[in-house]
Amino acid sequence: MKKAVGRVFKYGDNVDTDVIIPARYLNSSDPAELATHCMEDIDKEFVKKVQKGDIMVATKNFGCGSSREHAPIAIKAAGVDCVIAETFARIFYRNAINIGLPIIECPEAAAGIDDGDQVEVDFDSGIIKNLTKGTEYKGQAFPPFMQKIIACEGLVNYINQK
Amino acid sequence: MGMTMTQKILAAHAGLEYVEAGQLIEADLDLVLGNDITSPVAIHEMEKMKVDGVFHKDKIALVPDHFVPNKDIKSAEHCKCVREFAMRNEITNYFEVGEMGIEHALLPEKGLTVAGDVIIGADSHTCTYGALGAFSTGVGSTDMAAGMATGKAWFKVPSAIKFNLVGKPSKWVSGKDVILHIIGMIGVDGALYKSMEFVGEGIANLTMDDRFTIANMAIEAGGKNGIFPVDDLAIEYMKEHSKKTYTIYEADEDAVYDEEYTIDLSTLRPTIAFPHLPENTKTIDEITEDVVIDQVVIGSCTNGRLDDLRCAAEVLKGRHVKKGIRCIIIPATQAIYLQAMEEGLLKIFIEAGAVVSTPTCGPCLGGYMGILAEGERCVSTTNRNFVGRMGHVKSEIYLASPAVAAASAITGKISCPCQLD
Repeated sequence: MKKAVGRVFKYGDNVDTDVIIPARYLNSSDPAELATHCMEDIDKEFVKKVQKGDIMVATKNFGCGSSREHAPIAIKAAGVDCVIAETFARIFYRNAINIGLPIIECPEAAAGIDDGDQVEVDFDSGIIKNLTKGTEYKGQAFPPFMQKIIACEGLVNYINQK
Repeated sequence: MGMTMTQKILAAHAGLEYVEAGQLIEADLDLVLGNDITSPVAIHEMEKMKVDGVFHKDKIALVPDHFVPNKDIKSAEHCKCVREFAMRNEITNYFEVGEMGIEHALLPEKGLTVAGDVIIGADSHTCTYGALGAFSTGVGSTDMAAGMATGKAWFKVPSAIKFNLVGKPSKWVSGKDVILHIIGMIGVDGALYKSMEFVGEGIANLTMDDRFTIANMAIEAGGKNGIFPVDDLAIEYMKEHSKKTYTIYEADEDAVYDEEYTIDLSTLRPTIAFPHLPENTKTIDEITEDVVIDQVVIGSCTNGRLDDLRCAAEVLKGRHVKKGIRCIIIPATQAIYLQAMEEGLLKIFIEAGAVVSTPTCGPCLGGYMGILAEGERCVSTTNRNFVGRMGHVKSEIYLASPAVAAASAITGKISCPCQLD
């Protein structure tokens, strides 16, 4: 699998899917349109600053609340290549894997990485390198079954290949 | 080592004698659910799959309920997409405006969810059906698509937390207060990835509507599902509403739980979750300063059932909503709406100065039918009080029971019916 290298957007606990993509925009399911409103209720600067390949880092229970798949879709379409968190809410976790957005649980990285840091993530090894601070963390590797889904870039391709 | 109730249901649906927490399994599905927000994405994903059609036209439920009757052109397009898919695939359980209701109130009422089922729904509050002893859990649209196509879903078998409910709740304490109390106690990620298994003699003192409310908000503690044992009341409910065969599963006596809590229902007080997380709870007695409000919403998949409307009517009867306060009451299904009309509840609401709407999720998620302006506060019987959930990012939502919501509409500040004249 590939690596992700990018600038970090750092958030706190319990980032819910309502703030990732507010319901007032759920009358659309177009990824590009959803991306233009991603995170706007807690960080209006995000969509202005985010660049392809950037990384999102948060602390506990990221993606809690509504099951809207529009949330990981918006994050991915905004250009984010990986989300690292202390923990993820379970529906968000499933959804991210199912649409092929790599996510990694790593409490130490979630605590040690700051907004604006340059970070590299190796999805095969689960190694997270903070290039700004020169620190390194080991994230939880996915079970083989989930790795296959991510390698297929989502559940649809995985089912089609089966 | 024994299995929990949830683990037994999952094992049976995976064709296995035994499963344990952490195990990845593929389970057969009894029902796959979607709404007007999540289904269009699922339909689009399913079209990319190399399948001829849905796995079973009777085991899929499509319920446009979030933005219907269509709130704008884009919503109308989504509903059209769902409707056309339902017609094309001859989906038996497609519910059009006029027969629809809020999905998690509607499906049990229509007899589509029974004990022992494994149900996935592309809506986080799908966990509601645990009240009837089913394993049901929320998923996203791609899982829904795969479920519609294959009739199967992958799960990581959850561990569980046991909640032993004892005692009888006092007047004005309902299922909403029980679940808000629990979320306040364990936090919004207190049951992350886990089953919340409710047991104990106190369950006999909870109505089915109380249990639906409790199971419904398991997700607000991060739970994978919430589940109740199947007692006579649950059996009576299923016999009244369903022709489906149900199967009763019970936890093994030596089942292992990560944590166990005992909750004496008789000690609970009306409980309110303050902004901006459902875990920020206070009992009515802990609120020492007036919390002045602008709006009240009574409805949603959490609290739009008949018990909830009867309770609100008991409080509002012969009283009037305070001038300047908007009180919006939304029966969750057409059957509830009709019954509320026949019992005279709607007359009580309208005479009290409340507005009564056709079933919709509308205001709960800031869709329409009660959006908040900057700085406004709402007491709501819904399930989430996140930043911006019901409108402006600087508005505030206070989650409460129908009793507290109705009393607050009368006084214009967070109140309990026991505080009214």
